[in-house]
Amino acid sequence: MEVQVKNLRKEFDRFPALDDVSLGIRSGELIALLGPSGSGKTTLLRLIAGLETPTEGAIFFGDEDASRKTVQERNVGFVFQHYALFRHMTVLENVSFGLKVRPSATRPSRQAIRERALELLDLVQLSGLEKRYPAQLSGGQRQRVALARAMAIEPKVLLLDEPFGALDAQVRRDLRRWLRAIHDTTGHTTVFVTHDQEEALELADRVVVMNKGRIEQIGTADEVYDAPGSPFVYGFIGESSSLPVTVEGGQVLIADRPIGLTATDVPDGKALLYYRPHDIELLDGCGGCIAGTVAASRRVAGTRRVELEVGGARERVEVELPIDHPAAQKSRIAFRPTRWKLFPMGEGRPEEKMSVSRSQPLQRELAPAEF
Amino acid sequence: MTTTTAETGWHFRRPSVIPGFGLTLGFTIAYLTLIILIPLSGVVWRSASLGWADFWTIATDERTLQALKISFGASLIAALVNVAFGVLVAWVLVRYSFPGRRIVDAVVDLPFALPTAVAGIALTAIYSPNGWIGSLLAPLDIKVAFTPLGIVIALIFIGLPFVVRTVQPVMEEIDREVEEAAATLGAHRLQTVSRVILPSLAPAIFTGFALAFARAVGEYGSVIFIAGNIPYVSEIAPLLIVIRLEEFDYAAATAIAAVMLAISFAMLLVINLIQAWSRRRYGYGS
Repeated sequence: MEVQVKNLRKEFDRFPALDDVSLGIRSGELIALLGPSGSGKTTLLRLIAGLETPTEGAIFFGDEDASRKTVQERNVGFVFQHYALFRHMTVLENVSFGLKVRPSATRPSRQAIRERALELLDLVQLSGLEKRYPAQLSGGQRQRVALARAMAIEPKVLLLDEPFGALDAQVRRDLRRWLRAIHDTTGHTTVFVTHDQEEALELADRVVVMNKGRIEQIGTADEVYDAPGSPFVYGFIGESSSLPVTVEGGQVLIADRPIGLTATDVPDGKALLYYRPHDIELLDGCGGCIAGTVAASRRVAGTRRVELEVGGARERVEVELPIDHPAAQKSRIAFRPTRWKLFPMGEGRPEEKMSVSRSQPLQRELAPAEF
Repeated sequence: MTTTTAETGWHFRRPSVIPGFGLTLGFTIAYLTLIILIPLSGVVWRSASLGWADFWTIATDERTLQALKISFGASLIAALVNVAFGVLVAWVLVRYSFPGRRIVDAVVDLPFALPTAVAGIALTAIYSPNGWIGSLLAPLDIKVAFTPLGIVIALIFIGLPFVVRTVQPVMEEIDREVEEAAATLGAHRLQTVSRVILPSLAPAIFTGFALAFARAVGEYGSVIFIAGNIPYVSEIAPLLIVIRLEEFDYAAATAIAAVMLAISFAMLLVINLIQAWSRRRYGYGS
């Protein structure tokens, strides 16, 4: 089912949680809503589900205006971060709940409900556990019950709110692949919310990057990573460094000296230069480059990440160097980004500098094999 | 658990990192013995001195049977009424915010704090045929004060906070998401309440019911004012015990007390078993 979100606005006590958001979701697509906390991604998901009512705007499921319908009528499958299973019901009763509460005219027979529920439990690989209570299951198993329960009502769209947020890293990775497989077999139009970019990029057909109640960029994993549309996306997805520069006649200057980059399509004036720490070339002499003194050096997996202080303002940037590079303290290193992007600065900086590293903490010690 | 006990033999207790088990358990047992077990075994002891035949005569005496029936019957009805309205009151207090909510919340506790005799006098004043509510009910030919109905009203009054205070915290912990999940699955409000919320409150409701019931069985102060205390009609068992004591018939008094004790114990045991079963089922105990 195709989903159209049109000029959606949602205010909580006059505070806009979502501001004029429009989004088209194709039938059968797997979409990730990615953003930091408070970016409005969960609000958008809840609005699609009908758990919140929009202040302005409309949501269409196909040609139907779903915003006029109640949650119950919308027929969406919703999976919550903390599972929200009915703990006084067995796994089987949980999964069949959505069918059992239907009015008798549309309710399948008891036998049919049971068969459908068992079929779904088989799909989520929980056969044999149908008599268990949620308290007797692990986190990963509970979330799979929740997914089976949501799919039992043959939903028009499947909405998942940080579905793997409460699980540990290893289980999360496994479930991610498994969810992709389920999506490919069932073909539900699926929207899921996450703050984990790795999850979004790996799992989704398209990623919707959100910030401060607005959509910053919509695109495939390649598009948002390789061609970030805004400083925020550049900073939020993957590693990045930024540096204030001046553009003059197509030349990029730092402290009035050209750094060997040409930008013909950027108007003259102040701008921010964004690049990824690994997209650089090291230079020996400096006839047009960025040069800085080494302020800190860290070993990160297979590379060495070095913080440089550049120019009189001592702006800090990061570069990735090969392990065998000495990168001694206070030594000078010259480099030039090979892939980069300029964002003209209007009044003030367009965005907070986001040179913080965003590597995921490794929590392998918490990862049991079962999930 | 079971494997370790199998390996290392039977242990009085499983090793724990929390110190003080011996001291606290010893204190608990000594305390319970002094405060509860010794006085209660006194009741059994005194009534045992009676001899079986005498005991049976007193226990099956028509007046005793009627008093027991009224005591337990009225307590049961009152506890059931309290379950219904106590859950409702808890719902209002937990789910809605309105001006004066804290005051209502505090009012619920009044029956705890008020001397029950005061409550009895107040209720009698209101429900007697020339009282506020009694005078309204009189034309409808409903008599409350000085009838078993009055006993039920008094017992509802003193039992209400027990249900509210046991259900309220559990209700506060119900995850909003569970209700939202039910709604997205197509369940309407009534279905959500009856199939999701109430079942998950069941253990707390059982506890509240047991407490309200137990409290009602033991109630004396408020009932004797409103009941009218007509033998065979509105005389409760605790009052009959007092009457026997005033007649210096200690044996009869303890015999009735022993019967009450046995019935109360049996009922609380059954309620606790149901509760344990439902807790296990809903995964609270594990």
